Amino acid sequence: MEALNTYKAGPSEHGRFGDYGGRFVAETLMPLVLELERAYKEARDDPAFADELAGYLKHYVGRPSPLYFAARLTEHFGGAKIYFKRDELNHTGAHKINNCLGQILLARRMGRTRIIAETGAGQHGVAAATVCALFGLPCTVYMGEVDMARQRPNLFRMKLLGAEVVPVTSGSRTLKDALNEALRDWVTNVETTFYIIGTVAGPHPYPMMVRDFQSVIGREAREQIIEAEGRLPDTLVACIGGGSNAMGLFHSFLDEAGVRMCGVEAAGRGLETGEHAASLTAGSPGVLHGNLTYLLQDEEGQIKEAHSISAGLDYPGIGPEHSWLKDVGRVEYVSATDDEALAAFQLCSQLEGIIPALEPAHALAHVARIAPELPRDHIILMNMCGRGDKDIFTVAEALGAKL
Amino acid sequence: MREASNIGRIAARFAALDEERRGGLVTFLSAGDPDPERAMDILRGLPAAGADLIELGMPFTDPMADGPAIQASSLRALGAGQTMARTLSMVREFRRADDATPVVLMGYYNPIYRYGNERFLADASDAGVDGLIVVDLPPEEDQELCLPALARGLNFIRLATPTTDDKRLPSVLANTSGFVYYVSITGITGAEGAPADVIGAAVARLRRHTELPIAVGFGIKTPEHAAAVARVADAAVVGSALVERIVEGLDGGAARPGLVEGVLALVGELAAGVRAARR
Repeated sequence: MEALNTYKAGPSEHGRFGDYGGRFVAETLMPLVLELERAYKEARDDPAFADELAGYLKHYVGRPSPLYFAARLTEHFGGAKIYFKRDELNHTGAHKINNCLGQILLARRMGRTRIIAETGAGQHGVAAATVCALFGLPCTVYMGEVDMARQRPNLFRMKLLGAEVVPVTSGSRTLKDALNEALRDWVTNVETTFYIIGTVAGPHPYPMMVRDFQSVIGREAREQIIEAEGRLPDTLVACIGGGSNAMGLFHSFLDEAGVRMCGVEAAGRGLETGEHAASLTAGSPGVLHGNLTYLLQDEEGQIKEAHSISAGLDYPGIGPEHSWLKDVGRVEYVSATDDEALAAFQLCSQLEGIIPALEPAHALAHVARIAPELPRDHIILMNMCGRGDKDIFTVAEALGAKL
Repeated sequence: MREASNIGRIAARFAALDEERRGGLVTFLSAGDPDPERAMDILRGLPAAGADLIELGMPFTDPMADGPAIQASSLRALGAGQTMARTLSMVREFRRADDATPVVLMGYYNPIYRYGNERFLADASDAGVDGLIVVDLPPEEDQELCLPALARGLNFIRLATPTTDDKRLPSVLANTSGFVYYVSITGITGAEGAPADVIGAAVARLRRHTELPIAVGFGIKTPEHAAAVARVADAAVVGSALVERIVEGLDGGAARPGLVEGVLALVGELAAGVRAARR
């Protein structure tokens, strides 16, 4: 871990990225977490597991996702060349399916017969419900009441796929509370249940495992950009909620000193208002949901409610590997407000014919800030990690349009 | 030495219970629920009402092992302005009148981490706290708080659960002191409890691994159930049922007269049940 000639050695055997990460769970879950770690390591070293996953990623998800040169946005900003990694073209419309497929194949190997998941924007819930339908396993998805109201299309999608969606009415009734309820379910149904966590957070081995399953994004992007440009990109940009699409894109490039990386958090109504979800730029280290990481919290260590127009970024924590990458200075973490994301959402729709999800619209908002100042031979590669169909009601409301 | 007497209260209490040939009653309440004044009145009244050991919850916004009753209790306390400093002051205040009843702080790691581990251990020890139960600190994270707490002479009480198998038990018990808290179900607080014979078998398994007293909790709500558990274990822990009694004493969030007495009356009934179950 302390071998500083690489940023890719983590986590340690105790699941730490520097100080961050760990296994802060109740004893009831601890034996399962250890069993999961053993099972994952075995699967990771088994070529048959890799082949099975690769087969589903190709034929079911549609990977590799294209790398697309966004010519009109590039022209519009008048600076750096902008490429999108098109993970929004995946089956189910976001990067979440990469991880769900990996985890459900592992669940089957472990003989688990029931799947639970938490969801914020509903993209992870839809992906979990999808793989459960594919393999015929019962699926229970926990979703905050507030998120259910603003993500109705995904709510119905999950139901169509046969999942039971349980409304979470505790706390702030958003993603963090959905995670709490999923953990409570897991504690209660340890014998049968596999918990598919949707992001690079939670107790070890989840941050590592989810990162590994998502790192297909960066491996493909690396090959594709070399094919398109004959070289590595100069800057990577990805949005950050829990941080899985960003870890997935960044991981393959961490040891490339010439590649700059930006993670874009949700600044909500503005960092100064306190109504945001920017745990890295405006939070402090603490322990929640099984890991030590940056959190939005008050001086008493009580968790604060996050705010973002994007339900997928509306989370007061962050994956522990990002916390470490921030502290060691390898990745730069910035933020974009609701309004900036909304503007980028519309711009991308109008100039590229791509309706982005509100989550990557935050990444694009940052691209809009930096691209005009950069030279024309500078290459920005942004992860278009989800499509915006699910967000049209939210955006319509924000823009005062009636549907 | 202060530290020595802190270790001593828990051991002394279980020794006394042994002499009386009965199991003990452990009560759980969130510090500051429903408000600072009434929470202090309840705490003061617990020993006379029959509580043998006291668990005082450190409220947290995101208690992942707790059911709806204790979640709501934490939020009520926080809403009424509870802080870690106030929780520690409650113990200090309690100790003015009672130097014998063990007080164990129970909760989650983050509020301690934010308070500062060293500062917390110093202040807790100084206030007269006897032990800590931190739900989300398994033995794998012992270097965080467990080892520093033991070094300071504070007991670190571990949870053992039905999923803690014989192979794992030694590592769970290795740095445990005071007593072992057996979580009798796989589930959250306030859920349906396990029958006494199942608990008895689980306690017998634990006894093969440890000489420490064993308290059993999760899902124990009635004097009858508490008595049955106290027959097979060293103590029965009751939490959610007491917290629900607080709720019965509230009227639109405000405490009605008699709330404190209502909670203590239930403690009395539970204590009577436990005391009648002599071994």
